[in-house]
Amino acid sequence: MADEYGTDLVIGGHKIGSRLIMGTGGAANLEILERALVASGTTLTTVAMRRIDATTGTGVLDLLRRLGIAVLPNTAGCRTAAEAVLTARLAREALETDLVKLEVVADERTLLPDPVELLDAAEQLVDDGFTVLPYTNDDPVLARKLEQVGCAAVMPLGAPIGTGLGVRNPHNIEMIVAEAGVPVVLDAGIGTASEAAQAMELGCDAVLLATAVTRAADPERMAHAMRLAVEAGYAARHAGRIPRRYWAQASSPERDE
Amino acid sequence: MHVTINGERHELAPGATVDDALSAIGAPRSGVAVAVDGEVVPRVDWAVAKLGDGAVIEVLTAVQGG
Repeated sequence: MADEYGTDLVIGGHKIGSRLIMGTGGAANLEILERALVASGTTLTTVAMRRIDATTGTGVLDLLRRLGIAVLPNTAGCRTAAEAVLTARLAREALETDLVKLEVVADERTLLPDPVELLDAAEQLVDDGFTVLPYTNDDPVLARKLEQVGCAAVMPLGAPIGTGLGVRNPHNIEMIVAEAGVPVVLDAGIGTASEAAQAMELGCDAVLLATAVTRAADPERMAHAMRLAVEAGYAARHAGRIPRRYWAQASSPERDE
Repeated sequence: MHVTINGERHELAPGATVDDALSAIGAPRSGVAVAVDGEVVPRVDWAVAKLGDGAVIEVLTAVQGG
């Protein structure tokens, strides 16, 4: 969805201050995570829902509350629509938010979304009043169908989760952007800053990443790099790049004879 | 009566509620959600929702992920 430059990103009525949405998975500890989140400038961050553990308690939530970062629960680990719907309902109850990053994956090896279960779950959750942000394949047709059932955004993958392979099919991402009437968030696959910038240059409204930062040798520095990359890519997209040319075109005047 | 809380067997008094189950595992009351036999029990019902013998209770919270 192409907004005017400098306008706020709004997803389902929620104003999102930063176009870099962070995940919390993979950080070695909460102290490292905190420094990375602050450096990233993020205002919305994913969490997973799991059985409460007596030792960790509600540590991540306490951290996000202290930093003033809104929470985006995901349905990671769910394989069926039924599992994802129950997890989303538990998340809404625990975290008092109607936002959900809907994840329904087909298998552990690829962690690719299962399109059939995903669409089914999305429809049920929209009907139940959720603001649904589906993690989807880089498939323009599926993205369109997710929008049609009422999703508040679409979040196509650049590459499989945790691979750091970047945006493998830029043309598909461009097609999704061209057709979408809701914000497009590039989710998964980012490995380094140039790839986050590329996603924004392709017209995405935001980037969601975790591993690229949390498993970097220096998570805080990489978080800062990602923040700059997302801002740079967003500005470049709206600045209107020059057309690609086959042959050179001098940028200085011809020499005087 | 016996119930299962997060995969572990617990002995609770007959007539125990969701709230009693949370106490049994020392869970905080904020930032958590409860499902009993696969159905979400809203927070407002915790003190009154009675558990049946053999109930399967899941207590979830947010953890690092995504």
